[in-house]
Amino acid sequence: MNQLDARFSIDYPGFRFDVAFTAPLEGTTAVFGSSGSGKTTLLRCIAGLTRVPSGFLQFDQAVWQDDARGIFLPVEQRRVGVVFQEARLFPHLTVTQNLKYGMKRSDPSLRRIDFAHVSELLELESLFERRVSGLSGGEQQRVAIGRALLTSPQLLLMDEPLASLDQQRKKEILPFIQRLNRELRIPVLYVSHDLQEILPLADHMILLKEGKVAATGPIQEVFARLDLPGLVESNAVGAILETRIMEHEPQFGLTRVEFSGQSLFLPQQALPPGAPLRVQILSRDVSLVVGDPPATSSVLNTLEATIVEVRKSPGDEYAVEVKLDVGCPLLAMITRKSFSQLRLRPGQKVHASFKAVALS
Amino acid sequence: MPEIDWGPLWLTMQLAGVTVIVLLLVGTPIAWWLAWTRSRFRTLVEAIVALPIVLPPTVLGFYLLTALGPHGLIGGIWKDLTGSALSFTFSGLVIASTFYSLPFVVQPLHGAFEAVGKKPLEAAWSLGASKLDAFFTVASPMAVRGYLSAIVLGFAHTLGEFGVVLMVGGNIPGVTKVLSIAIYDHVEVLEYTQAHFLSAVLLIFSFLVLTIVYTVNRRLPIHVS
Repeated sequence: MNQLDARFSIDYPGFRFDVAFTAPLEGTTAVFGSSGSGKTTLLRCIAGLTRVPSGFLQFDQAVWQDDARGIFLPVEQRRVGVVFQEARLFPHLTVTQNLKYGMKRSDPSLRRIDFAHVSELLELESLFERRVSGLSGGEQQRVAIGRALLTSPQLLLMDEPLASLDQQRKKEILPFIQRLNRELRIPVLYVSHDLQEILPLADHMILLKEGKVAATGPIQEVFARLDLPGLVESNAVGAILETRIMEHEPQFGLTRVEFSGQSLFLPQQALPPGAPLRVQILSRDVSLVVGDPPATSSVLNTLEATIVEVRKSPGDEYAVEVKLDVGCPLLAMITRKSFSQLRLRPGQKVHASFKAVALS
Repeated sequence: MPEIDWGPLWLTMQLAGVTVIVLLLVGTPIAWWLAWTRSRFRTLVEAIVALPIVLPPTVLGFYLLTALGPHGLIGGIWKDLTGSALSFTFSGLVIASTFYSLPFVVQPLHGAFEAVGKKPLEAAWSLGASKLDAFFTVASPMAVRGYLSAIVLGFAHTLGEFGVVLMVGGNIPGVTKVLSIAIYDHVEVLEYTQAHFLSAVLLIFSFLVLTIVYTVNRRLPIHVS
């Protein structure tokens, strides 16, 4: 599989930025961390907007930076799309002219993204003849995303594209970003400090802390690690499941989804049967049953699980974190009292009951 | 109606026009460099560019006269290249005026480029624009108000110069006798009517140009904050 191979290090006063990782060049890779962890620096290094004195960056087969050999490809030759925190539209051009600015400068033989398709995807038609200064923040950011896409980039870099928007606008734009990856198949590197943006989007994750990579891997695995206390409040996220919608039960207001051959129920969703749906389970919403589950229970969702690992919760001295395997990792947070009564141990088969929440 | 010699007015317009063009060509790279450099020579260059604002025109004129003379730094090179002298010529006046009016072009451009900032440029580069391309298609149009101020101030300042012209150009009709010197001449020989007339032309012209510029400037759709 194609991958991005990056190594950057630089000493700032009071801050050492030292990052090395490889990430797959498919799907969405989230760069996650608190502010000041070096996320934006990393993105700027990859874009070629910041040059650290000793860096290495390889995109698939192409070396973009290798200071040992004096190689540095300038940003305009990297064919990366960049969406900044602020839209950075050109105020002297109309929306259409902004959208076509990068497209006109791209190599016609490498253009794979169609103007009409992007316009439809981001619902831009009504904005074409407008002046940039008359657009709302959300509209501006949509144009900025379209402008970057129309260069047919090999890699799309997004630096907290929703950070400057209010909650309402965020909800407006997030579905567009989700569709991008599915429909256009451009690898995306998405920088954010907001878990609620990353959970529905990301397939892969790079966790930064104080200028270093604290963890990297598929998002389900990163969130299921017990050794990352406090970094991402990971104890709040029990699991991220990739499910498929099976049927709706409107008389109960429920939707049945399938996860590795077992059924789960969620509040009714708007998507049609067959559509993929990412589901989140919070670790505090998981309860464990040893032996057969009771035949009559108000809990709708129960999965068979194997205990993988048990440890004390670092955040709560009366709680215990249990890592389970339900076909993918699942974290449960239970009380110490339950833990000692159930006498849980690794390898044991249990049933995990929980409430599932759709992510979108 | 007294006999008015329109020659100095025409010559003045030519001088100011040519000087502004030269100033834009010379001043833009300097302003661009000042806006982005982290060089420690930056303050030094800024001070040199600003010198004509505080220097008495006769002092500047004196140094320029020396430099432009056939044995001077600039005049010597000019003579080797073209075979003719620079002092007391139109070309000499253009060079002198360029030095004299440089801060009035560099400073508005410098400010405008800084106001545009790096962010739109980074966006343009990431969209595949080369550095030069981004300068012409993003930075310059966004700095259009700065250019307008630079052109007007450079033109008006050259229009009104007196001391430097007198030192470097002398007072040769049709070659270096510009409007401000013609007015001075008329006053010297008590031809107040002619002096009034030429002064009024200069006053009305300056007023009109500034009014037009401020009007256009207000209506320009570019808002760079």
